[in-house]
Amino acid sequence: MNPSRKKIAVVLLLAVACVLPFLSNNYWLDVATLAFFYVVLAQGLNVVVGFAGLLDLGYAAFFAVGAYTTGILMTVYQWSFWLTLPVSMAFAAIVGVIIGAPTLRLRSDYLAIVTLGFGEIIRILAINLTITGSASGIYGIPRPSIGSYVLGGQTDFYYLILIIAVLVVVAVKRLGTSRIGRAWMYIREDEDAAEAMGINRINMKLLAYSIGAVIGSLAGSVFAVKMSAIAPLSFSFTQSIMILLAVVLGGLGSIPGVVLGAVLVIALPELLRSVEDWRYLIFGAALVAMMLFRPQGLWPARYEMKQGARRGETEEATEGGSSNDVKLDSEKCNA
Amino acid sequence: MDILVQTLADGLVIGAFYSLIALGYTMVFGIIKLLNFAHGDLYMLGAFVGYTLLSVLGGDSPGAGLMGILIVLLLTMVIVGVIGMGIEKVAYRPLLLAPRLSILITAIGVSLFLENGSMIVWGAQYQVYPLQLSHDGISLLGAKITYVQIGLVIISALLMLGLHLFINRSLYGKAMRAIALDQTACQLMGIHVHKVIGLTFFIGASLAAGAGTMAGAYYGTVNFMMGFIIGLKAFTAAVLGGIGSIPGAMLGGLLLGMMETAGTFMFGGSWKDVVAFSLLILILVLKPTGIMGEKVTERM
Repeated sequence: MNPSRKKIAVVLLLAVACVLPFLSNNYWLDVATLAFFYVVLAQGLNVVVGFAGLLDLGYAAFFAVGAYTTGILMTVYQWSFWLTLPVSMAFAAIVGVIIGAPTLRLRSDYLAIVTLGFGEIIRILAINLTITGSASGIYGIPRPSIGSYVLGGQTDFYYLILIIAVLVVVAVKRLGTSRIGRAWMYIREDEDAAEAMGINRINMKLLAYSIGAVIGSLAGSVFAVKMSAIAPLSFSFTQSIMILLAVVLGGLGSIPGVVLGAVLVIALPELLRSVEDWRYLIFGAALVAMMLFRPQGLWPARYEMKQGARRGETEEATEGGSSNDVKLDSEKCNA
Repeated sequence: MDILVQTLADGLVIGAFYSLIALGYTMVFGIIKLLNFAHGDLYMLGAFVGYTLLSVLGGDSPGAGLMGILIVLLLTMVIVGVIGMGIEKVAYRPLLLAPRLSILITAIGVSLFLENGSMIVWGAQYQVYPLQLSHDGISLLGAKITYVQIGLVIISALLMLGLHLFINRSLYGKAMRAIALDQTACQLMGIHVHKVIGLTFFIGASLAAGAGTMAGAYYGTVNFMMGFIIGLKAFTAAVLGGIGSIPGAMLGGLLLGMMETAGTFMFGGSWKDVVAFSLLILILVLKPTGIMGEKVTERM
C-alpha cells in the first residue's frame, strides 16, 4: 500500500469510528469503547514487549495503578479528574522505575516472572488494603466535566477514549521511529551488540518500561471514571494476558497490527457470545490455529516487511529452506 | 517449636505438589525453551480425570482402599500424559522454529481451551472428591502430622526419585539432557528429537496430573479454575530453583510451599501470595539465575 492510500484508509477508519455512535446500539458501542481501551493498553505494552522486547506479564498492574490513583483522589480528596491524570501517570512512572530498576537486568524469562509477581502483588494489595476499598473496590467515582459540561453518557466516554487512543497510537508510532525507538529495537534484537554500539541498555529498558506504565495508567484513569466503580477483579493476570495477546496476535512492534489485535481480542469473544459456554473454548482453539498459520502476528511490523519486500522471495525461500532442512533431518532420524 | 514443625510439615505437602508441577515447567523449558502456560491446567485436568475415575470405579466405597487410589492415580497420570503429548504434537511442534512469543501465545490458547473445555464437561461449580481421607496422624514435637500428609509426601518423593533416575540413568534421559544442550547436533547424531520432546511432555503432564489427583484428594474439592493459580505458583517455583534445572524445581517447590505456609502463619491467609512473590522478586534480584540455575545467555 503506498503512503497516500494508507492515509486515505486511516482517515476513512477514523471517520467510521467517529460516526459509530450514531450507527450502532448501546451494546456494540460499549464493546467498541472497551476495544479502544484495549488499543491504548496494547499500544502501551507494545512499547515494552514489541519495541524493547521485555516480556511483561503483569501489565494490568499499571492499569490498576491508574484506576486506583484516580479513584482514590476523586472520591477521598474530591480532586478534579483532569488533575488526577498527570498525578496518576507520574505515579505509574515512579512505580515503573521502582520495579524496573532492580529487575530489568534479569533475563527475559525471569523478568516475565518478576513482572507477573509484581502484578499479583498489586492485585492482592488492592484486595487487602482499606484505602482501595478491599474486595468490593471503589464505587461512586464522580463523572469528569469539561467546563460546565459533565461527561456522563456512553457516547461521551466513547469519544474520550477514542481521542486518547488516537493520541497514544500517534505517540507510540513516533516513538517507534525515533532515535529512542531504534535503540529499543537494537536492544530487542541483540542486547550485547546494542550496548557495544553505545546504547545504555538499562536506561533504555527502564524508559520503555516507564512509558508503558504511563500509558497503562492513563487507560486506567479513564477506565475508573467511565465505570464509576473499580474492583480488583478488573486487574487480574488474565487481563495482563489478554493485553499481551492483543500485542502478539496483531504483530509485535507493529502499530496497525496491535490496533487490529486489540480490536479482535475484544470483538471475537463478543461475536461468539451466542454460543455462551463454548466461546472461550473456541477462542482458545482459534488462537492456536492463528498462531500456527501466522506466527508473526496478523500484521507484522513494517520494517520487517520493508526488508522482505526488498529481499522479496529470497527471505521466504531461506525460511522455508531451513524448516525443510529440519524436516529432512528428522526424517533421517526416523530412518 | 510445635508451630515451626507444623509449618514445615504443612509447607512440605504443598511444596511437594508445587515441585511435581514445577518439574513439568522446568523440563519443557529446559528442552524447548517454552514457558508452557497450559501446564497448570494439566494439573486441573489430572484432578478431574482422577475425580471421574474414582466416581466410576467406586472410590467412595470404603473398600476401595489404598490400592484402588494408587491405581486411579497411575491411570490418571497415563491418560493426562497422553493428552499432554497430544497438545505438544498439535499446538507446539509446528511452532518450534517460530519466535518464542508466538508459541507462548499458543500455550495461552491451549490453556483457555482446557479450562473452558473442563468447565463444559464437568461444570463450573466446585466438585466434591468422592473420597474421604482419614485425619488420623501422629504427633511430632507437638505438631499434628496426618498419615495422609506423610503418604502424599512419600508418593511425591518416589515420583521425583523415579524421574531423577530416569533422567540420569536411562538412554532417553540422556537424550533429553543432550537435546537441552543442542537440538541440531542431536538430530545429526541420530536422536529422534520429536519423540524425546513428546516423551518430555508426557512425563511433565503425568507428574502434574499426579499432583492434581493428590491435591483433589487432599483438599476435597476440585474446580476448573484450580490449575491457573497453581500453574503460576509452580512457574514461580521453577524459576526460584533456576528454570531448566530439575533438582532446582524440586527445591524451589518445597521452598515456595514452606515460604507460603510461613507467610500465612505470620500475616494471615490473604497475604501469603504477597509474601511468596515478594521473596521471589528479592531472590531473583539478588541471584538472577535462581538457586540452582546456570548462567544462560539472553535470548528472546
